[in-house]
Amino acid sequence: MKSLGSIRRSFAPWSDPASKPFISFRNVTKKFGDFVAVDNLSLDIFPREFFALLGASGCGKSTLLRMLAGFEQPTSGEIILDGQSLAGTPPYKRPVNMMFQSYALFPHMTVENNVAFGLKQDGMPKAEIAERVDQMLKLVKLEKFAKRKPHQLSGGQRQRVALARSIAKRPKVLLLDEPLGALDKKLREETQFELMDLQQELGLTFVVVTHDQEEAMTMADRIAVMAHGKVIQVATPPEIYEAPNSRFVADFIGDVNIFDGTVSSVDGGFVRIETESGLSIKVASPETPAVGAKAGFAVRPEKIRVGSSQPACAPLNAAQGVIWDIGYLGDMTVFHVKLRDGRVVKASSLNAVRSVEDPIGYDQEVWIWFDENAGVVLRD
Amino acid sequence: MQRWSRFNILSLVFGFAFLYLPIVLLVIFSFNESKLVTVWAGFSTKWYVQLFHNQGLMDAAWVTIRVALISATCATVLGTLAALAITRYTRFRGRMLFSGMIYAPLVMPEVITGLSMLLLFVAIGFDRGFWTLTLAHITFTMCFVAVVVQSRLMSFDRSIEEAAMDLGATPVTTFMKITLPVIAPAVFSGWVLALTLSLDDLVISSFTSGPGATTLPMKIYSQVRLGVTPEINAVCTILIGIVAVGVLIASIISRRTEAQRIKDEQAAFGH
Repeated sequence: MKSLGSIRRSFAPWSDPASKPFISFRNVTKKFGDFVAVDNLSLDIFPREFFALLGASGCGKSTLLRMLAGFEQPTSGEIILDGQSLAGTPPYKRPVNMMFQSYALFPHMTVENNVAFGLKQDGMPKAEIAERVDQMLKLVKLEKFAKRKPHQLSGGQRQRVALARSIAKRPKVLLLDEPLGALDKKLREETQFELMDLQQELGLTFVVVTHDQEEAMTMADRIAVMAHGKVIQVATPPEIYEAPNSRFVADFIGDVNIFDGTVSSVDGGFVRIETESGLSIKVASPETPAVGAKAGFAVRPEKIRVGSSQPACAPLNAAQGVIWDIGYLGDMTVFHVKLRDGRVVKASSLNAVRSVEDPIGYDQEVWIWFDENAGVVLRD
Repeated sequence: MQRWSRFNILSLVFGFAFLYLPIVLLVIFSFNESKLVTVWAGFSTKWYVQLFHNQGLMDAAWVTIRVALISATCATVLGTLAALAITRYTRFRGRMLFSGMIYAPLVMPEVITGLSMLLLFVAIGFDRGFWTLTLAHITFTMCFVAVVVQSRLMSFDRSIEEAAMDLGATPVTTFMKITLPVIAPAVFSGWVLALTLSLDDLVISSFTSGPGATTLPMKIYSQVRLGVTPEINAVCTILIGIVAVGVLIASIISRRTEAQRIKDEQAAFGH
């Protein structure tokens, strides 16, 4: 059996012009009174994709999901599922199912009746329902809990019932609204991988809403970063992290140092930026801004190195400073280095060995430096 | 737990005495051997036996029970619908007015409610009798049901309805299979409340009933004006028993569902 990773790496229908999107939002706007929750948004999601909508609360991601489920109608624009417009189709006639943030289990029904509810609505024969329910409960490892009521289950078990119920009808699309929000950290991490396996196994299209970037990065094939009702960037997790298209995305995903400056030269795929703090930066960049233009340079903490001796690349991509703060996290250490002009730069290094001969200490004079392909140029 | 001080015990005894002494007296004297209501002459249940041979009282009791059952049932349907309208359709015009108006009969003096109904029935030429009585009882008990059901709906987690529709249930199925079973205890306690209110109503009944439709409270009231008999004590004791049981059931149900609801809400939100 092939591992998940190899399947995933070769899965990229969005870069194939011949593949047809499964779900399309076309210029969708949703207003609640004067408040614009979703603002003229267009988005394509492909079959069998694990798609994440990521954003802070109030960015419109849940509204987008609820429009797909049919609980809200777009003020304008169109949503297309499998070639058909969903306009005017009530929630109970859509081939999508949703797993609710609160799980929304029916409190007066047993676990098996919760799972069977959707199947009964379809008028499936009783024997088949029983078989399918068994199969679903086995899938989420809850066979022993079939006769229990929701209030007799733990948080993690309820989450599984909700999941089993939402996939029992084999929907074309499964919508997940903050599916792991109510679980504790350990359980959440386990469940993330289980969800990914399940999605591969069933071959469904998953659309998940989350505010947790780690969750989105781990699970999704592609992530749409949203803010103020708009999609800021849609890309794979590595692209989002390593090549953010804007200051917002760079700042929203992970930790970042952003230097502001002016482009001084553009030459053979390299861009030179002189920063306001006196740093000379040479960076490999597919984007080539005009000379003299304002630009930002974003570099992640783990790509900045800290050392006591002057690096070979100085004065390019290097600066001197003192150690201001040290955060020891176990797997890595975060240094806050105060540069000459008072600016604090975050740099992190992996603690690959158990002890260091000459550890870097507080108030020590250090150099920071980074490679030519360590960061990205942000045009504003 | 706080210690029982002498003051606490004293105020408790006085409080309960104030509330229940008259009722206790009535119950005791209903078992009196003597025909004189205020003189104790030994224990007897003969007034209860005689009661069941009093055709007038039995007829009145039968009317009362029929009115109570029909009106409580109708009031429960209407009151539940009203509660749903008020809590669910938050954006319709005149919602504030409507929700204010549904509570008005709660505080309206019964005399006024009764009189206005009488005027209405006379104006439209509706012959007063069993049905006018039932209609009047529906009207004044409906708002009590609405209040009870509404307070349950306020804390109702609507995502379970959305989940049902998401799974393919039409709005009607969703209501019958999900909403109604979850709020059923509140609906039932509303029904019990309406039933007891209808059973012991005197004022509105006096205004709206007609010949052949005398309720038990009306019968008792008219008999008492001719003098209190131990028979009346007996019938009152039975009434008290029925009403007390009804109120007890309603409050036990609402307390149990409250506890259940808290449990379920915790269920819904994880931990």
